Amino acid sequence: MNRIELTRIPFIKNALKSRYPQLAVFIVMLIGYIFAILAGLIGTPVGSHNFSIVFVWIAWWAILILVAVPFFGRGWCAVCPIPLPGEWLQRGAALSPPDKRPKWLNLRVPKMFRNIWLQNISFLLLALFSSVLLTTPNITGIVLAAMLFAAIGLSTVFERRAFCRYLCPVGGFIGLYSQTAPIELRIKDKQVCVTCEGKPCYNGSSAGYGCPWDVFPGGLTKNTYCGLCMECIRTCPHDNIAVNLRPFSADLAKPSTRMDEAFKAFIMLGSAIIYAGVLLGPWGAFKDAAYNVSSNSWFIYAIVFLAIIFVILPGLFMLGILNKKNTLPLKQRFASLSTALIPLGLMFWVAFSLSFVLTNASYILAALSDPLGLGWNLFGTAHAAWQPMFTSILAPAQTLALVGGLIWSARTAQKAAGEVKVSPIPVIIYCFIATSLMLWLLL
Amino acid sequence: MNPRFSLLLLVMAGLAVAFAPLPVPAIAPQERTFEIDAHQFAYSPSELKVNTGDTVTIQLVNTDVVHGLYVDDYDISVEADPGQSATLTFVADKPGSFRFRCNITCGAMHPFMIGKLIVGRNDWLYRSIGLASLTVIGFFPLSSFILKKEERNVA
Ligand code: SF4
Ligand code: SF4
Ligand code: SF4
Ligand SMILES: [Cu+2]
Repeated sequence: MNRIELTRIPFIKNALKSRYPQLAVFIVMLIGYIFAILAGLIGTPVGSHNFSIVFVWIAWWAILILVAVPFFGRGWCAVCPIPLPGEWLQRGAALSPPDKRPKWLNLRVPKMFRNIWLQNISFLLLALFSSVLLTTPNITGIVLAAMLFAAIGLSTVFERRAFCRYLCPVGGFIGLYSQTAPIELRIKDKQVCVTCEGKPCYNGSSAGYGCPWDVFPGGLTKNTYCGLCMECIRTCPHDNIAVNLRPFSADLAKPSTRMDEAFKAFIMLGSAIIYAGVLLGPWGAFKDAAYNVSSNSWFIYAIVFLAIIFVILPGLFMLGILNKKNTLPLKQRFASLSTALIPLGLMFWVAFSLSFVLTNASYILAALSDPLGLGWNLFGTAHAAWQPMFTSILAPAQTLALVGGLIWSARTAQKAAGEVKVSPIPVIIYCFIATSLMLWLLL
Repeated sequence: MNPRFSLLLLVMAGLAVAFAPLPVPAIAPQERTFEIDAHQFAYSPSELKVNTGDTVTIQLVNTDVVHGLYVDDYDISVEADPGQSATLTFVADKPGSFRFRCNITCGAMHPFMIGKLIVGRNDWLYRSIGLASLTVIGFFPLSSFILKKEERNVA
């Protein structure tokens, strides 16, 4: 159905199949990442003048949420430096498979952890401390380093990329929202896979590694767990892997039935609403509560935060779709219909981030010239003044994102409702109320 | 109703909701003065409401470290040293809702030291909610049209 195979273009195909272009990007990213850790640890404690804060939470975040995720899905994961040191160690090589693989434990991740609940928890942990994390270079440096070391540790104990697949706090929502992207990696012909001997795309071969994300490419139906690492393009002996351009949110036509994924949608939707109110709202008491970790008011903030995400938002949703006459289990309807919250949540994040990013983007110039806040002036831009950008189009752009998100989620709700044979109206009304709340908070 | 016609109707209704001029209540401009207390990391009061055309004077009273106040879109600002105060006077001639925020790095939560100035009615909010409602109302006739089209394409 109306897909354009990008890998038909020889230039794209070769660029993806060769390990060198990716390696070049990897190295730049890894250097940037390590520099961000060091800047966080030894640079100025003033967040808005420290490379770690400015480049991670303003520049990277803007690119991730406004461009990479909506248009390239897991495209960020294709170049992300976090799992690299661990993966190289695990493989005993940075490029093609070596003759002799190092002997690590290579355990399989226990079944009870093979879902995204750990990612839901790791995201929430960061989310509850986000006011400190976003503004304190030290803490950002420590968290970035902890992710790097956790990925290394897991690579030596478990097979493949256990960190990415089950623990990374960022990977969870990138995976969720990557389903909306107009890019996918899929097999071309199912029949070729059926008769393919040895399934090198999953098991590895001398041409490359078995899928690091523990997915069998032949069975891919959604983007969520494919990290776009391009190994299967390298290993498939039958040239059966394609990267396609496709309609937006094609994966959402077949709604998920998993509770971990359903709650991920609520976690992300709720966090966007809470941040819009706490961080961008005019209420100083909320900011105090969110920032003063371990104070009494912070505990109340944390409890309210978790209650909104796990009780209020899903509870109201559940009430809306209660219907005694329906024969399908409520759990299945709940999981399927929550698919509608995926485009809505993504657009909430876009609207929230637009405001934060446009207001603070001018810090990037200054931080580029003086990344550690030590008074350097590498490019002559160290004294670039803080100046919000495009403030006059901010509100219309946010309305466009939020109302567009509402239309998108209404369409998604309609498809999901068709799958479980219920009316989409309660879900659409739920999305409308959430959108109105977000409009009120941001405008 | 012809689906193309209802789509056209919906788009026109959307444009009207977004852009149609609204009657502006004629209120004689006044002089208004606010004393705003700035401290890490909030303003109090943090929400100001004025009428379009008012001459607004903000007296920024600073109670701890150095802070400023920058009004989005109006692109004007004022700064005050610790323990000092400073004044900013301007004519609120652009209606709408505007964030004002600290423009001098004053500590960790500085980027989120934010207040809100509402000049006249916050029309854009109501227009946006109107657009969202229109979306929901118009969704059903329209989506059945799209569904039928998709079915035709499949057939
Ligand atoms: S899942 Fe996380 S660590 Fe892994 S590639 Fe994606 S962002 Fe990087
Ligand atoms: S290696 Fe290629 S043909 Fe074989 S199973 Fe994997 S994708 Fe299919
Ligand atoms: S090997 Fe293929 S299916 Fe597996 S993560 Fe990489 S690109 Fe995706
Ligand atoms: Cu301040």
